[in-house]
Amino acid sequence: MSEPFIAALCERIRDHAARKAPLAVRGGGTKDFYGQGCVGEVLDMKPYAGIVAYEPKELVVTVRAGTRLVELESALAAERQMLAFEPPHFGEGATIGGAVAAGLSGPRRAYVGSLRDFVLGTRVVNGKGEDLAFGGRVIKNVAGYDVSRLMAGALGTLGVITEISFKVLPRPAHETTLFFELDEARATEQVNRWAGQPLPLSATAWEAGKLRARLSGAASAVAAAKVRMGGEEIDAGSYWGDLREQRLGFFAPSHALWRLSVPQTAEPMAAGHAQLVEWGGGVRWISGDADAASLRAEAARAGGHATLFRGGDKSVGVFHPLEPAVMKIHRRLKDAFDPAGILNPGRMYAF
Amino acid sequence: MNAHALEVAQPDLRARMLGALRGIRPPLLVIDDDEGLKPFETDAFIAHRETPMLAVLPDSEDQVRAVVKACRALGVPVVSRGAGTGISGGAIPRNDGVLLVLSKMKRIVAVDALARSATVEPGVRNLQVSETVACHGLFYAPDPSSQSICSIGGNVAENSGGVHCLKYGLTTHNLLAVRAIDADGDVVDAGSLALDAPGYDLLALLTGSEGNLGVITRVTLRLVPLPERTETMLAAFPSVRQAAEAVGEIIAAGIIPAALEMMDRIVIEACERFMAMGFPVGAEALLLAEVDGSEEDARESLESVRAILDRCGATEVRVAASDIERDRLWKSRKGAFTALATILPDYYTIDGTIPRRCLPDVLERITALAAEYGMTVGNVFHAGDGNIHPCIFYDANKPGELERSEEFGGRILEICVEVGGTITGEHGVGIEKLRQMCVQFRAPELAAFHAVKAAFDPDGILNPGKAVPTLKRCAEWGGTHMRAGRMPHADIPRF
Repeated sequence: MSEPFIAALCERIRDHAARKAPLAVRGGGTKDFYGQGCVGEVLDMKPYAGIVAYEPKELVVTVRAGTRLVELESALAAERQMLAFEPPHFGEGATIGGAVAAGLSGPRRAYVGSLRDFVLGTRVVNGKGEDLAFGGRVIKNVAGYDVSRLMAGALGTLGVITEISFKVLPRPAHETTLFFELDEARATEQVNRWAGQPLPLSATAWEAGKLRARLSGAASAVAAAKVRMGGEEIDAGSYWGDLREQRLGFFAPSHALWRLSVPQTAEPMAAGHAQLVEWGGGVRWISGDADAASLRAEAARAGGHATLFRGGDKSVGVFHPLEPAVMKIHRRLKDAFDPAGILNPGRMYAF
Repeated sequence: MNAHALEVAQPDLRARMLGALRGIRPPLLVIDDDEGLKPFETDAFIAHRETPMLAVLPDSEDQVRAVVKACRALGVPVVSRGAGTGISGGAIPRNDGVLLVLSKMKRIVAVDALARSATVEPGVRNLQVSETVACHGLFYAPDPSSQSICSIGGNVAENSGGVHCLKYGLTTHNLLAVRAIDADGDVVDAGSLALDAPGYDLLALLTGSEGNLGVITRVTLRLVPLPERTETMLAAFPSVRQAAEAVGEIIAAGIIPAALEMMDRIVIEACERFMAMGFPVGAEALLLAEVDGSEEDARESLESVRAILDRCGATEVRVAASDIERDRLWKSRKGAFTALATILPDYYTIDGTIPRRCLPDVLERITALAAEYGMTVGNVFHAGDGNIHPCIFYDANKPGELERSEEFGGRILEICVEVGGTITGEHGVGIEKLRQMCVQFRAPELAAFHAVKAAFDPDGILNPGKAVPTLKRCAEWGGTHMRAGRMPHADIPRF
């Protein structure tokens, strides 16, 4: 199953490159909404599935791109381990390859690191139909440029990801949620003060005067942190999962959704818009129509950027415009990995 | 080619380059005399030396841009250098190139305690950051052994690790933003003060690029809270296999220690002679474990780890009861090489990573190779993450020993690749491991690396010939040799 699939994939990409015929690389299709839209013939990665190697004591798993996220996560859970970056699925069919291509991380990101932080290696087929491996299956590796992390979040525009190795982490023994009533400015300051202390913080979310903080760790450490932080201990139910999957009422699917990624300590912004703030202040979700130019200007002034995450008018550009020097390098990288411009063209920027 | 030969080949290039550098305003320090250039002829990879054509020490980013543009215009290579502590030769100059020394750019630009970040210039020393932010209860986690003198710019260029990276990550996990000057002289801002940035992850590419993609002029570091409590213990085992088993069991129990270091019998015996640690005779492996965090976390982890060590057959476990005792336990690790260096004057440190489960087998193979080569090898591992540092001892005064140690080291790295590991865990490729890069990567992958370089450096003027071999060169290069007597900063531990 493995090598014939890769051989056929390389051949198909070479053929498309020769004809300059675009390919829309696709896993479960659960993140089709994300980005500027897909053009070209669908390249379905779902058949290339399965866990290649999993050594719980090494904290390393290697998995084929088409493997469903639920399948990978349950295999890890059976060993009391997890993908610590809590990738959002956005649907049952979500694949690990799609998660890496999208580069999205969930609620735990601000406290343990992002998806790309846990990528150890990737195998990709570039736009020339070459089967390439970068990084490795070990935790420390500085041989060659870090092309495997470059693939995370590149939306399949540089290569078709076929295999990924991740560092995994133990699941915390104990989790609980504390609840506080605070306005946005005070909540933001509070979560950042906590983050500067050795507390087992693993997620925060603020919406409409309500702050939730999740604690994860050894039972004794969580108990001690509760005493130190105060607030009210609540049964969070499915809250954190619903936040990760954007199933909370805030994320009304009929509305446009903007994602402002800003320094965690940035002042409250985009006044007048309904907001949900997570990642210790680092991400401000804005639901409903908003003026792209002014949102982007405000995010940039604070040192961040704004993405039209879902819905809305994509003609304003889904992703934040790049500085000319950075855009120059993007174009050259795209030319290097996909000279015919056939892999998800235009999905990210105008190339 | 020596400087004289160069001048014969291009009689006026050096003069034109010197003129261009002297024309930069405001003026920067330009070194063009042999005596002044001498200290820069190598980094800590002292087996190889080269006198740079010229060296410059800019004070500002604008000057860096001007230097890069001037070099590009004349087609002269630029080699960046921080503190010169790298042991893979990444900062070794070229006699046809300008050495860009960033040691004068050493301002701490900003510390934001609430946001847990520090923005610094590349010449700032690693340890200085943690010392500066300690008053806020924070520190900068990556701690390469040379942290008291190595620079942040160099750490970013090499993606440096350290003894605590199992828990806290490598340099790449502890950066928010890097500003680099590409070969066009353009300012490339990668990453941001937010937790991510739009577009491709150029921050990941620049980190560990060994000065090949840009000259780093500014770095924003992520700071983390100082642990409330640290517990350190040292366990003796009758076999490496049992010690390795204990490491696996600790991880399997859901504990991520801050450090997990292993030493083999050669190292233990040297420590015993040198420091009289009083370890049980016959111990084949020592395991140094450190857990940290909140009071409760550290205490709970200590108890769990101690139970595992006992269960896995430790013959003795010592727990540090004070900071002084902790320092003493760490001495067995950090002082090991000083102790070993008393046996033979010269040693060659290997840096490779393997899947941890392969540790006992790889060690047996290294021991067998040592017998074959008739050489002594002391083994120290960052056991938690499988990063091995075999140390080959030899006497460079004996003809052929140096070359044989080089060959031996290369074979160890090839074993690392064979078992699914890598040729460098934290020291970089530089010029030392160009040959092994050809063992680890195939031609199209190396071509992809060159294409990445060309995106930042179309003419190939930034540190050419380092980090990624040309296919033609794959069989040419040698190893890193630490002449104990002549090593710069010989007092600084490096592994």
